Amino acid sequence: MSYLEYSLRTIPSGFRKVLFLNWPLVLLLITVACVGFLVLYSVAGGAMVPWVEPQIKRFALGMVLMFTVAMIPIWFWRNVAGLAYGGSVFLLFLVKFVGVSGMGAQRWIDLGFMRLQPSEVAKITLVMALAAYYDWLDLDKTSRPQWVALPVALILLPTALVITQPDLGTAILLVVGGGIMMFVAGVHWLYFAVVIALGVATVAAVFYTRGTEWQLLKDYQYKRIDVFLDPASDPLGAGYNITQAKIALGSGGWSGRGFLQGTQSRLNFVPEKQTDFILTILAEEFGFIGAISLLGLYALIVFFCVVSALKNPDRFGALLTLGVAATFFLFFAVNMSMVMGLMPVVGVPLPLVSWGGSAMLVLLGAFGLVQSAHVHRPRGRK
Amino acid sequence: MIRNPKDIETSNRLISRRALILGGAQLAFMGVLGLRMRYLQVEQADQFRMLAEENRINIRLIAPERGLIYDRNGVVIAANEQNLRIVMVREDAGDIDQAMDHIRQLVKLDPEEEERARKELRRRSPFVPVTIADRLAWEDLARVAVNAPALPGVTPEVGLSRTYPLGGDFAHVVGYVGPVSDYDLGKLENPDPLLQIPRFQIGKLGVEARLEDQLRGSAGTRRIEVNAVGRVMRELDRVDGTPGHDIQLTIDAGLQNFVQARMSGESAASVVMDTTNGDILAIGSAPSYDPNKFVRGISVADYRKLTDDIFRPLANKAVQGTYPPGSTFKMVVALAALEEGLIEPDEIIRCNGFITLGKRRFHCWKRGGHGKVDLNKSLQQSCDVFYYTIAERVGIEKITAMARKFGLGQRHDLPMSGIAAGLAPTKSWKLENRGKEWLIGDTLNSGIGQGFVLASPLQLAVMTARLASGRALVPRLIKTVDGIENTAPEAPLLDVDPAHLDLVRAGMFAVSNSQRGTAYRSRIAEAEYQMAGKTGTSQVRNITKAERQAGVTKNRDLPWERRDHALFVAFAPMDAPQVAVSVVVEHGGGGSTAAAPIARDIVLQALYGGLPPLTAYPAAQRRQIEELQQSLELRTPKPGQGQPVKT
Repeated sequence: MSYLEYSLRTIPSGFRKVLFLNWPLVLLLITVACVGFLVLYSVAGGAMVPWVEPQIKRFALGMVLMFTVAMIPIWFWRNVAGLAYGGSVFLLFLVKFVGVSGMGAQRWIDLGFMRLQPSEVAKITLVMALAAYYDWLDLDKTSRPQWVALPVALILLPTALVITQPDLGTAILLVVGGGIMMFVAGVHWLYFAVVIALGVATVAAVFYTRGTEWQLLKDYQYKRIDVFLDPASDPLGAGYNITQAKIALGSGGWSGRGFLQGTQSRLNFVPEKQTDFILTILAEEFGFIGAISLLGLYALIVFFCVVSALKNPDRFGALLTLGVAATFFLFFAVNMSMVMGLMPVVGVPLPLVSWGGSAMLVLLGAFGLVQSAHVHRPRGRK
Repeated sequence: MIRNPKDIETSNRLISRRALILGGAQLAFMGVLGLRMRYLQVEQADQFRMLAEENRINIRLIAPERGLIYDRNGVVIAANEQNLRIVMVREDAGDIDQAMDHIRQLVKLDPEEEERARKELRRRSPFVPVTIADRLAWEDLARVAVNAPALPGVTPEVGLSRTYPLGGDFAHVVGYVGPVSDYDLGKLENPDPLLQIPRFQIGKLGVEARLEDQLRGSAGTRRIEVNAVGRVMRELDRVDGTPGHDIQLTIDAGLQNFVQARMSGESAASVVMDTTNGDILAIGSAPSYDPNKFVRGISVADYRKLTDDIFRPLANKAVQGTYPPGSTFKMVVALAALEEGLIEPDEIIRCNGFITLGKRRFHCWKRGGHGKVDLNKSLQQSCDVFYYTIAERVGIEKITAMARKFGLGQRHDLPMSGIAAGLAPTKSWKLENRGKEWLIGDTLNSGIGQGFVLASPLQLAVMTARLASGRALVPRLIKTVDGIENTAPEAPLLDVDPAHLDLVRAGMFAVSNSQRGTAYRSRIAEAEYQMAGKTGTSQVRNITKAERQAGVTKNRDLPWERRDHALFVAFAPMDAPQVAVSVVVEHGGGGSTAAAPIARDIVLQALYGGLPPLTAYPAAQRRQIEELQQSLELRTPKPGQGQPVKT
């Protein structure tokens, strides 16, 4: 659809747009961010520095970004989707050469005032590109092999770049996020069934041949997989983090040990507690009630996005909204799964709560897109 | 490109359907997450709460203070001194090399110590604290404490370490302590958790080892809150352990010091017993060594020096060394004969210098022989032929039975290491151990304390004390444990005719008090303290026929290790015995020249409770004795000021 097709008369213009924002969503985002501030305050041992203050500033910046993005008509974002995608892939290439290393991976580009993590940006630009692609593609071509191959390539290009950083968490998010986009856009379910079946078969083959002379991997690689899948087999090495995280979570009990009272956190038993493992601190200090409430807030955010998408007759807007919601969902689902020992540790932050600039800005920017789709959705068309 | 509305309809319906499927899947997954949360936080909460507490709270053992060891008068033999040290926990320290470099900048590390610490770090479990350096100065410790933030896993500690202020005097008796070794742990079925404390010291030798259980005490505990890197945040509570029991020995530290000093320069051993109750007053073995070096970890060079020394400083000759008792055994043979009625006290036996048994000649030590010899003279002049003759009459079984009555051939269980049983041979013993029949010649050799008979200085002292007292005295080394007297029942009278004992005592008196006695030179001039004794010279080689014809080689012309052992046993005062002494000088030559003078000096030292006045010695020897007394390096010199011990 070109912007000509939007019935411009029914779309709010100027500052009136503010009134048509998805305000419940805005309030939910602010609430979740506040939970994050609270936990970061506790992680710092009851202090605003070093985490809460910068986090608040970033959040403020992110809100400005969100509102700015929201004010800009959705058709503009559709038109620049390809450009954004190309730009982020370029940045992913760039990070290989001028990137800053940290924690065993080369992920950041130092912009002077902040460190940008292109892989975070890529998660959203991929969603934008896929939404634009399926908006452009004729519906009846959606499931034709050649038109399926293209989006697969769009997904795999940034994934390949990210996986070599290495950043397994983001790679998973990109593949699954992209897959969800394709699913929502209507690609025939047989494709998904085949991919899933192939994946299961490969895994089965890898494990089934183990110990035979046809085994597909080297012994040390199997060992690594073992530790990856079952960190408890290496309790002082790879398993240490997850063991301590589970102890922190579990020791919170029903109502938690009280704000600033978590011993696991206070005494530094939990690793990475301000980033990937921040949920454990929340769970330790506020208990099951605290943790399930956060999950509830997340669920509401996803819910409001899905509702907004369902009400949006604009294909690009709807797909984009669902894509952002899916990406957001993957963030917290993967993070919580790994922290609770349901999934190996892959390094995905808890969205809007974990300390970290790029993810926060990118997510708020993405919700800006959701808001833009919401504000600029066609209404009452005949 | 304009799309027709129908397409848009289809598209929206498709999106809606798929979005609902997706939303449902997401909801289901969130349900799983919620259930998992519930499982961890509600159902398993107690277990994880406990794990969190375990994480947070560390129970550390507090090493109890080891019991002190005193002499009979309260002089400290083994004490505990403050020891400042730094310990490292490998799993908290991270890169060991880096940590070591850092520590080296703060504290001077001995390369040998560092190597040992590294080895221990590699060997022990990663969470066990290992001592990196000890015996530090306060300043060193303070520097480490100040730099603590940069040194994770490294903590300064104040501990106690064993010290032996009397140095080598008690090395063989008290032994020493050392860090627990894997070997030590392996020996124990259910090791005390205390032994896991880094560098925890346990007794390795002597009283320290044998009375380890009393000395150690029991551990206290300290519950501390630690953070993830193991740094102690605060102490939650503390239960002090109980210190080990103090132990008091029967030994007199002054006398012990004298014994060690008097024997210096020789490879010798001496035991002093109280003949009234069996207390060991001194038990020395020379040369000795400094046990403190072992506590600190002796260097390879120092240890080599000790093991290469032909005088064997590490051996406790007083209880571990066994020697043919030689003529000091003759009292036993005489008593056996008297008790069996196979000799009359005034019976005369002729000594021509040898007796013949079959084709073999058994020689007396005196070439021309002693002529007419009765019991008294046989002891006084130590006639061998007399004892060949009566030994043949009595037979080995009776001799050995009498030897056992006097404490030979049996292990006296003192809390010391490696106590030897010696040997009082029997016919069946020889058959079992040598596979040969007992020969009559063996009996003859046994009659003069040669051949198979073996006795340690401790056993000789027990024998002498029993001769002197007529009671079956049992040696006692521990006076009190934790202030409680280690009482022994009064020793029963020996099953020996007192008249026979008197005859033997009279013979021993003649040894050192009649002009022709073998130890007349070592008599005591002070009438009140006159000593009875017996010399012994035991061969460590065979004298061939040819050598005997050419004249037996003098001891001083032989290499040291082939010379005879010199022995002397004595008790004093003759009339009311108080002390019994045995002295063995390895390869010292003759008992009368090498051992008897030492024994006399020790007897006098014991009776006077300090250096005796010169008037206790025969007038002609006083000058020489004075020189000797001045040359001794005594810990608390009290020249001539000693007072007789009141008992």
